[in-house]
Amino acid sequence: MSVSRRRVRAVFRKELREYRRNTSIVAAMAVLPLIFAINPLIAVFALPASSADSLAQGNTLLYLLGIPAVVPALIAAYSVVGERQQGTLEPVLTTPIRGEEFLLGKALASFVPSVAISFAVYALVLACVGVFAAPGVASALFKGRELVAQVLFTPLLAGWSIWVGIAISARSSDVRVAQQLGMLASLPSVAVSTLVAYDVIHASLGLGIGLAVLLLVLDVLGWRIVSAMFDRERLITGSKS
Amino acid sequence: MSSGRLLSADRSPALSVRGLGKHFGERVAFQDVFFEVGYGEVFGFLGPNGAGKTTTVRTLGTLIAPTSGSATVAGIPLTAENGVEIRRRIAIVPESPGLYLRLSVTENLECFGDLYETPGLKDRIQDALRAVDMTDRAGDACGTLSKGLRQRVALARALLSDPEVLFLDEPTSGLDPVGARDVHELIDGLRNRGVTIFLTTHRLEEAERLCDRVAILNTTLRTIGWPADLREQLFAKTLVVRTLVPLPEPGRVFDGLPAVDGWHERDSGAYVVSVSDSAIAAPAVTRALVAAGADVLSISESYHSLEDIYLELIDEDNEVGRR
Ligand SMILES: Nc1ncnc2c1ncn2[C@@H]1O[C@H](COP(=O)(O)OP(=O)(O)OP(=O)(O)O)[C@@H](O)[C@H]1O
Ligand SMILES: [Mg+2]
Repeated sequence: MSVSRRRVRAVFRKELREYRRNTSIVAAMAVLPLIFAINPLIAVFALPASSADSLAQGNTLLYLLGIPAVVPALIAAYSVVGERQQGTLEPVLTTPIRGEEFLLGKALASFVPSVAISFAVYALVLACVGVFAAPGVASALFKGRELVAQVLFTPLLAGWSIWVGIAISARSSDVRVAQQLGMLASLPSVAVSTLVAYDVIHASLGLGIGLAVLLLVLDVLGWRIVSAMFDRERLITGSKS
Repeated sequence: MSSGRLLSADRSPALSVRGLGKHFGERVAFQDVFFEVGYGEVFGFLGPNGAGKTTTVRTLGTLIAPTSGSATVAGIPLTAENGVEIRRRIAIVPESPGLYLRLSVTENLECFGDLYETPGLKDRIQDALRAVDMTDRAGDACGTLSKGLRQRVALARALLSDPEVLFLDEPTSGLDPVGARDVHELIDGLRNRGVTIFLTTHRLEEAERLCDRVAILNTTLRTIGWPADLREQLFAKTLVVRTLVPLPEPGRVFDGLPAVDGWHERDSGAYVVSVSDSAIAAPAVTRALVAAGADVLSISESYHSLEDIYLELIDEDNEVGRR
């Protein structure tokens, strides 16, 4: 089976054009990351230098990995059922597009903006820490291995959230239900990254590599599994073929 | 016109449907449907609400799988594996246009042109916009267009890929007479370009005007043929005679005339004469009336529209249903 880049790009480009003109999606993309940024920012502004020791124990900024877990899950959960509710799905499915291409286009359209936002917020928080935090706090928060973890896990977590979100979206008939389920499905990732951030789960190189490999496998499998589940008839008629 | 279309013209019919059926659980959407549509034909698919027209279109368009029977679409057997290949050669304008309302007309067309991998897309978009007379609205967001204009964009979208078979599911529903006429002219234009068109509609005068052949579906296929043939099959030919004053003895005028099978008086001074061949009967009836000294107002062949045919068949179904 060959995947047509042009068709994938067509879906991707159309999605981005729609986001830009959809205030509710833009708002969701803007507000959610800020919620995750608040906690580390409090650490920056409120904490005296004396608390640096306790900060040095954990990996506070990994808390920001909640962004690539939640934001793409919401966008992806909307992607298929949203089109279905607008009545735009049927014309698309009458074109030669394959399920794999359609889903890949949708996934990329969730992936690119959410990873960009995640990195942007991370960069913003780092900048705030560098500029405003007490010197002790700043050096306790900056960690080389955390930077690596952030860069590595942002796309991996986003991928996983996206495939779960799309799988939910392709099976739902209601946008709000799909988004709530998508949100729920992203909570385990948020929980794990939060527990690591507060050192409840102790971060180690082994754990990091293990999780990264697991997520990578899930991301690749996700595309295959969701494609195999893709059922034109169900999407058009609401019932299984 | 592509050379592929010319080749396929001598190969097989554009659509060939053999015993096709689809049910959703217990509910039968349509069943036992047989028909063939030749390349270049405009085929009308009529039927009341819930008859199964849309489901038939979706089945032939590979969106849903039939539960019985088989078909070939644009020369390709209708199977799940052939979905991409079939969809490449056809286009469907669904009941509701389904445009991306936040995107402009051109952006909508770009997206679909790319999905069909249409070569020379810019020019094709211009052609399609010109065909539906929407060039001046190309930059408008689809959400700002009226219903009729959206329908035109949906038609333009279907023209982009130069399809061999074009399915139009009630393309004029909800359009005003001018909008409907524009769509009719477009269909005429497509016919002249050799596009095979499968047209579902409730507008019988539309089918009568545009279609070479029509089928009437009411879950099962009720009839299929040229409108003129259907008329002959269903209705006895009649002449309607009007006289200024009622004939004193109409039996003496009409009985025994060549090609006249019978007659009855409809109302005072109006007679319905059943004939087997009006070319023989009409002159004979005229002569007999003149010979009888009748003051003839008119002699006309009764005309049955497609609507009469349709209502006759569907009423029959409803009566059978009630029984
Ligand atoms: N997804 C579905 N699930 C269950 N039944 C369905 C489904 N889609 C259609 N049907 C049923 O199949 C029958 C045919 O429906 P269809 O939409 O094909 O009719 P139609 O001829 O297009 O009607 P209309 O003129 O109103 O558009 C109807 O009884 C309808 O209720
Ligand atoms: Mg219908």
